[in-house]
Amino acid sequence: MTTTASKAPRLKAHRDVSDTNLLLIITVVVFFALYLSAVVFLGGGFTKPQNFLNILNNNASLIVLACGMSIVMITGGIDISVGAVTSLVCMAGAVNLEQQGGNMLTVILIGLGIGLAFGLVQGYLVAYLEIQPFIVSLAGMFFAKGMTTIVSKEPVRVTHEGFLAVKEARIIVPGLGANNKLGQYIPAYVETGVVIALLAVVLLFCVLRWTKLGRSFYAVGGNNQSANMLGINVHRTKFLAHVLCSLLAGLGGILYFLHVGSGDVANGAGDEMNAIASSIIGGTLLTGGVGNVAGTFFGVLSLNTIKRIVSSLGFDEAWWSNITVAAMLCLFLVIQSIVLLRKNTSKQ
Amino acid sequence: MTTPVKDPETKVKRPDEPLFKRLVRQQLFIPVAALALLVIFNLIADPSFFAVSIKENSLGNPVLSGNIISVLDNASELVILAIGMTLVTASSGGQDISVGATMAIAGSVILRMVCGGQVTADVMQMNLLLAVLIGIAATMCFGAFNGALVAYFNIQPMVATLIMYTAGRSIAAWINNNQLPIINDLTFKYAGTFLPGIPVPTPIFITALVILLFWLVLKFTTLGIYTQSVGINANSSRLNGLDPKFIKLLTYVILGVCVALAGFIRVSRSGSINYSRIAENIEMDAILAVALGGNALSGGKFNIYGSILGAYVIQFLTTTLYKYEVPSTALPAYKAVVVILLVVLSAPVVRSKMAGLRLQSKADKMTKEAK
Repeated sequence: MTTTASKAPRLKAHRDVSDTNLLLIITVVVFFALYLSAVVFLGGGFTKPQNFLNILNNNASLIVLACGMSIVMITGGIDISVGAVTSLVCMAGAVNLEQQGGNMLTVILIGLGIGLAFGLVQGYLVAYLEIQPFIVSLAGMFFAKGMTTIVSKEPVRVTHEGFLAVKEARIIVPGLGANNKLGQYIPAYVETGVVIALLAVVLLFCVLRWTKLGRSFYAVGGNNQSANMLGINVHRTKFLAHVLCSLLAGLGGILYFLHVGSGDVANGAGDEMNAIASSIIGGTLLTGGVGNVAGTFFGVLSLNTIKRIVSSLGFDEAWWSNITVAAMLCLFLVIQSIVLLRKNTSKQ
Repeated sequence: MTTPVKDPETKVKRPDEPLFKRLVRQQLFIPVAALALLVIFNLIADPSFFAVSIKENSLGNPVLSGNIISVLDNASELVILAIGMTLVTASSGGQDISVGATMAIAGSVILRMVCGGQVTADVMQMNLLLAVLIGIAATMCFGAFNGALVAYFNIQPMVATLIMYTAGRSIAAWINNNQLPIINDLTFKYAGTFLPGIPVPTPIFITALVILLFWLVLKFTTLGIYTQSVGINANSSRLNGLDPKFIKLLTYVILGVCVALAGFIRVSRSGSINYSRIAENIEMDAILAVALGGNALSGGKFNIYGSILGAYVIQFLTTTLYKYEVPSTALPAYKAVVVILLVVLSAPVVRSKMAGLRLQSKADKMTKEAK
C-alpha cells in the first residue's frame, strides 16, 4: 500500500501528458542528447552543419518510408515489404531510363504505380480478408525481391542526362557553410530528395492531425470496435493506411533512386528494419493508436546519428551498423513495453 | 515420412457426409493434395523426374542419386525448423522470423570451434559432438532472448524476432572476425553428405531421428497439450495452474535447438559458411511449411506431422522449379504467390464467404425444385 501511495503523484503527472506527446518528447530529447554529446565528445565532423545535412541527404528515402510505416503501425498493422519495394522501384526506374528510353516523368509514374499496386493488393488482403499483415507483407517482400531480379539481375547504372541533372542538383542552405582547409567558403547544401521528403513529412503531419482520415487512423488503431461504433469504416481505414504506406514506399524508392542513381538488387536492403526501428524510436507503439510522423522524423535522425557515432568510435566494420540498429530497436521495444505495463497496472 | 496420421477429429464419423467432404475436412488434406498435384504434374511433364540411380560420388562411394533423394536430403533443415516453428506458432500465435539468421550464428559458432579459430583447418581441432553442443547452447541463448521478449515483455513475436533477424548475420560474422573459415576434415562433412559405405545421405537419418524424438516427447510428456492450451487461451491456462510465460519461453528455446541442428547440417554440407547467403529466406519456407500443414498461424491447436509434410512439399516445389530452370534469385516471387494463395484460402473470412456461397447455391436449387 505504501509503495502505491508514494507512486501515485508521479503516475498522475504521466497521465497529464498524452502517450503520443510523452513518447515524442523522449525521442526529441534522445536525439538532441545524442547529437550534442557527439559534438562535445567527438567533435571533428560533428561540429560542421554539413554533417547534419548529410544525414538528411543520405536518408531522404528512409524518412518517407518510415512515415508510411508509422501510419500503418498507428492503425495496428505492419508492412515489411517497403525495403523490397524500394529496390524494385529503383531497378524498374533504371531499366526504364536506360533500356526503354524513359524520362523523369515515366520514372515517377512507374515508382508510384508499383507502390500503388502493392498497396492495393496488400491493403485488400489485410483489411478486407483479415489476414495477418505480417504474413501478407512478408509475402509482398519476397515477391518484390524476386521481381527485382526478374527485371534485371545485373546492376544498372543510369547515364540519362535529365535524370543526372536532377540527381546532382544541390539546394544551398544559406548561412550554414564552412571554410575548408584552404580558406574557401563551401556552402552547405541538401539534395532535391530532402526537400520532397520534408514536404511529405509536413503534409502527413497535417493529415494525421487535422483531417477526418488522420483521426480515424488513430481511432482504428486504438480500439477497432469502438471505432466501428463511432461510425468509422474500419476496413476502409486500414485499407487506405496500407495503400498510403505502399505509395510512400514507391515515393521512397524514387528518392532512393535519385540518391544512388542506379538499380541494384542490394538497394534498400534492410530498409524495412530501419523504418520500423525509426518508427518505434519515434514513439509509435506497435499495438497501434499512438504515434506521430514528427517523432518518426526524429527517430530516423537518432538512428543515423547513433550509427555515425558508432562508426566514428572506430567500429566501422559493416556488421556493427546492423547490431547497433538491433540494439536500439531492442532498447526502445523494452521501454515501450514497460511504459505500457505500468500504464495498465496504474489503470487497475 | 508420410506416416499416416489420424487427426482425432476425423475419427468421429459423420455417415451422412459424402466421402470427399470428409477428406476435405481433414487437416492433412491441403499438404497431401498439394503433394499429389506436384507429383501428377511431374509425372505428366517428365516421368524421369522420379528416377533413382546409384552413382559414384567424388570419393568413389556408390550413393543414391535422383530428384526424390535430393528432395528428401535438402528438405532436412526445413523439416527440423518447421517442427520448432510449429511449437512456437502454437504457443505464441506468431512466428520466429530470425531462424535463418540464427542458423548462420549456429554455423559460425560450430565452424569456429572445429577450426580452433584458424581460417582453414585440415583436421578438426575439437570433438565434433562438443562443438555441436556449444552451437546448440548458443542458439538456445538466442532463442531464450527471443522468447523472453515475447513472453515477458509482451512484444509481438514477429517484431521481437526482428531484432535477431537484423543482427543475427552480423553477429555470425563477428564471431569469426568476418573471416570465412573452411574445414577440410572429411569426418566433419559426414553429417551433411554421406557416411562411408552408406548410400543414403546422412541428413535424412538426422531428420528421422529428430522426428522420432519429437514424436516421443509429444507422446510421453505434456509439452504438446500445454502448448496448445497456452496458444488457445493464455489466461485460462494461467488460471488452471500453468505458467504461460514459461511455456512460451520454452518453445522458443526448443526452436533454438532445432535451429542449431539445421545450421549444423547446412555448414557440414560444404564445410564452409557465407554469412549473408547461408539459409537465406528459410524463415519464409518454415512459416509456409507450418501454414501448409494446416496449422492456424494465430496459434492454438497444431499438428506437427502436417508441418513436416508441408516442409517436404515445399522442397518438392523448389526442386521442381529448379528443374525447369527458374533462377534461384527469382524463386521468392513464385513462392510468395503460393503463400498468398494459401493464406487467402485459409482465411476465416474467405472460408465463411465460401460456405455462404455453398448455402446460397443449395437454397437456389431448393427453390428451383419447389417451382
